[in-house]
Amino acid sequence: MAKRIEVSGLNVYYGDFKAVEDVSMTIEPRSVTAFIGPSGCGKSTYLRTLNRMHEVIPGARVEGKVLLDQQDLYGSGIDPVAVRRVVGMVFQRPNPFPTMSIFDNVASGLKLNGVKDRKRLTETVEKSLHGANLWNEVKDRLDKPGAGLSGGQQQRLCIARAIAVEPEVILMDEPCSALDPISTLAIEDLIEQLKDRFTVVIVTHNMQQAARVSDQTAFFNLAATGKPGRLIEMGATKQIFSNPTEKATEDYITGRFG
Amino acid sequence: MSSPDGTEPPGRPAEPAAVAATGDQAGPKLDLGPVGHLGDRLFSSLAHGSGALVIAIVSFVGIFLLALAIPALADDQSSFLFSRIWEPGGDQPRFGIAAMFYTTVISSIIAMIIAVPIAVGVALFVTYYAPKRLATPVAHAVDLLAAVPSIIYGLWGILFFAPILRPVINGLAAALGWLPLFEKPPGDNVGVVFTASVVLAIMILPVVTAISREIFTQTPVAHREGALALGATKWEMIRMAVLPYGRSGVVSASMLGLGRALGETVAVLIILSVPNANDPWNSSIFAGGETFASKIANNAAEFDSPEKTGAYIAAGLVLFVVTFLVNSAARLIVARSGPGGKRTRRNRSAGGAAAKEGAVA
Repeated sequence: MAKRIEVSGLNVYYGDFKAVEDVSMTIEPRSVTAFIGPSGCGKSTYLRTLNRMHEVIPGARVEGKVLLDQQDLYGSGIDPVAVRRVVGMVFQRPNPFPTMSIFDNVASGLKLNGVKDRKRLTETVEKSLHGANLWNEVKDRLDKPGAGLSGGQQQRLCIARAIAVEPEVILMDEPCSALDPISTLAIEDLIEQLKDRFTVVIVTHNMQQAARVSDQTAFFNLAATGKPGRLIEMGATKQIFSNPTEKATEDYITGRFG
Repeated sequence: MSSPDGTEPPGRPAEPAAVAATGDQAGPKLDLGPVGHLGDRLFSSLAHGSGALVIAIVSFVGIFLLALAIPALADDQSSFLFSRIWEPGGDQPRFGIAAMFYTTVISSIIAMIIAVPIAVGVALFVTYYAPKRLATPVAHAVDLLAAVPSIIYGLWGILFFAPILRPVINGLAAALGWLPLFEKPPGDNVGVVFTASVVLAIMILPVVTAISREIFTQTPVAHREGALALGATKWEMIRMAVLPYGRSGVVSASMLGLGRALGETVAVLIILSVPNANDPWNSSIFAGGETFASKIANNAAEFDSPEKTGAYIAAGLVLFVVTFLVNSAARLIVARSGPGGKRTRRNRSAGGAAAKEGAVA
């Protein structure tokens, strides 16, 4: 469980357009790392390179190294499908499979891994729903469609779906941006618990959220529109928010930026 | 200020008049009178007229069929729906549609069984597998199939394609011949129901492919990426996200294709060999036969007496009803579930979320 990610010299492209330039960082296991920065600075794009979801978009490609537990995710002989089974992802908008029941949504990843044993499926689904703080709300309607839940519940369902396959890392791309404050709080509490077992990386536009949930914070910025985004500064969240080294970080955090 | 339909807003009172009005209570009134809706009226009557016309045409076709069919049906000495005999005209007209109904339905169903999986496969290939420079030509080629006139399909089917199918027919008959459906009658006839079905399948392929393709491309990125992020392969992603979303679209596309196959005339007429009147009826798909449409077209020369004509028209009426029902079923499925069954699900989810919020509050 929970592995260290080491990124070095990563460039990310959409066709000819360089979206992210020369990122190097280390993400510690069993911690929460937050990516902050203005819109369009490439933090979500960069996040999607950590489980090779970036290359789903036609023309998208990556240069550089992403080491997970000493293995290069972009090395030869690495199957992106296998990478995504180890590095799970939660999206900005809750995206449960609309035709599947709550149970089947959580079990979907396990079924992909070939788990057929009903007893084991039931156990894992229950455990994952507990893990996502959703069990008490849905235990009586596991056979109902996942799309019938509220937005916040749907997002926790997606988290349950992601943790059901016991990944090493969970990536979250602005997981609360479509949710109300109460649901956001529920997710934030959940992230706090998840880091005991997983390495969590979260992209957020909400600075308070980054300050609340993360141990490390990375600030991304871009020089101008059309220029690639860069990692400006990364450090302990306390230090980034109280005493950043870079002026750009301070400007952004204190709201003097844009 | 402007009229509700966004036509020319009535003019504001001129500036000096307004200034003058400040001191004078009885100033000029705002012009809020009618602004003239001639365009609206014209267009509205045009639209209503067109709508009414379409309904009128459909009703007249129905009434025409009924009016001519009923007297003939009243004289019919055998069961119209269940008899396989077809001897209209004369003092004792005896005719029933059972044989035609069987051939029409079985040929269309086999066409569907062949066409729908291929259409779904082509649609998936074009939307998710093919590189762009290949996808567009393939999609256009399939669309072009729809532009080939059915008489060409008929000629090509019987002269070129049927001989090619002979080994397939022999193989199927050898393997499954113990079923009456696949029992091959003696002789070397290739103008059989099976051949007609294969050609029909090619003919309905474009419409089923086009609609399936349309619906598959509409699968939300969120669903597709959700599956991929769980570690689904491309095929697993298609099974988890694309096919469930597109299912109702594929079903309605198939129904539209079925509607076309049921009514197809010229191609079937050319391909199907008409069995001898004395031969016993054969239910095999490797025998000849006649569909509603091909029978009517084959015997157009016989429409010499109202009794005979009425019998054929009664058969046409059945085809009309069957096609109508199939099309209605297709529309119903589309309307009930929208693309990807979105509508019902959205309602349900909205209802569920609202109920939840209510419970929380």
